[in-house]
Amino acid sequence: MSNIARSAFSLAALLLVAGATPASAASSEADFKAAFGAAEAANKQAGVLRNQWTVTAGALAEAKKAADKGDFDAAVASSKEAEALARASIFQAESEKDAWQALDIH
Amino acid sequence: MRSAIQLASAALALAALCLGAGPSAAAADAPDPAADARAFQKFFTDKFPRLKPADFVNGPYSMNEDMHRQWEEKEQFPPYDFSLDLGKEMFDKPFKNGKSYADCFPDKGIGIRQNYPYFDEKEGKVVTLELALNRCREANGEAPFSYVKDEMAALTAYMAFTSRGKPFDIKIPSDPRALAAYENGKRYFYTRRGQLNFSCASCHVQNPGERIRAEVLAPALGILNAMPIYRSEWGGMGTISRRFTTCNSQIRGVPLEPQADEYRDLEYYLSYVSNGLPISGPGARP
Repeated sequence: MSNIARSAFSLAALLLVAGATPASAASSEADFKAAFGAAEAANKQAGVLRNQWTVTAGALAEAKKAADKGDFDAAVASSKEAEALARASIFQAESEKDAWQALDIH
Repeated sequence: MRSAIQLASAALALAALCLGAGPSAAAADAPDPAADARAFQKFFTDKFPRLKPADFVNGPYSMNEDMHRQWEEKEQFPPYDFSLDLGKEMFDKPFKNGKSYADCFPDKGIGIRQNYPYFDEKEGKVVTLELALNRCREANGEAPFSYVKDEMAALTAYMAFTSRGKPFDIKIPSDPRALAAYENGKRYFYTRRGQLNFSCASCHVQNPGERIRAEVLAPALGILNAMPIYRSEWGGMGTISRRFTTCNSQIRGVPLEPQADEYRDLEYYLSYVSNGLPISGPGARP
């Protein structure tokens, strides 16, 4: 198994575990701000790599909307989804630095 | 949880793709654009042995006999005609300073589409026709147009029309920056992006002639020769910039700004590997 494939399987497992972990307590505004900040930072990094995903922006917007309504549980959940998406886009950009050559007609 | 499963599925798909690619991923040898173009054209002519090279400029209409017949009927009253008329009118109308587009281009801008994009050795970058048109406007005190449709599509439609039948003749000068731009465009073409993990090549090299939903995918060979196009899906005309940015958003990637360096380089690569195929724009697509 290539390193890229191994990393992708690890990412899949991590995302499943993260998604399956139940929230133990109601989220606060501070929790939202921390989660949203982390997601924005990851998405910014994807932007530097010129590889942002539209769904990341969508999840960030959902998080903001939920926070504006005072629903911080939903806001934190959307922020975490946005961060996971941003990290996946970073992973994609990094792995494609070499992987693109597999498709090249030459 | 639902989104986590979706994400995990996407990552698993990515892993499977990586496994499929395996260790045989070829390392890039020394860049050889001429050899690339030969291999690229051979790939498509081998894949579709019944087509003549020039047929590829008709995109999906070259891939499917029923669609080809529909297209021939449509060409009796082509949907790009209004845009073409507008483009001619705009092209001939002088700017406020008395000059016109003709003053900005070789041969007064007539019959030159096949030479764009070109590598500008002074600037050290690729210059597309859309970019050159807006630069012409700005140099003459006019506001630039949107790159994606309307006026820009009309002007490029007219310039393509005056060049119909002329073979693409894209040159890569002996300048390492030109070769780097070509290589950058090639890399962009084959790089997977967006949440759907598609590259341009996923559709237009691996699956031309196949359907993606109701659409028949066009081959990458000759794909820019028909630009700009009237697209029924868009309900109007679109430029190369529109095609690139919408492709990116369709695979859930955030598009770059029109005429970003990457898109200019991509256009350079795709046009170069279609050298020899005739300009057929403006075109119409489903």
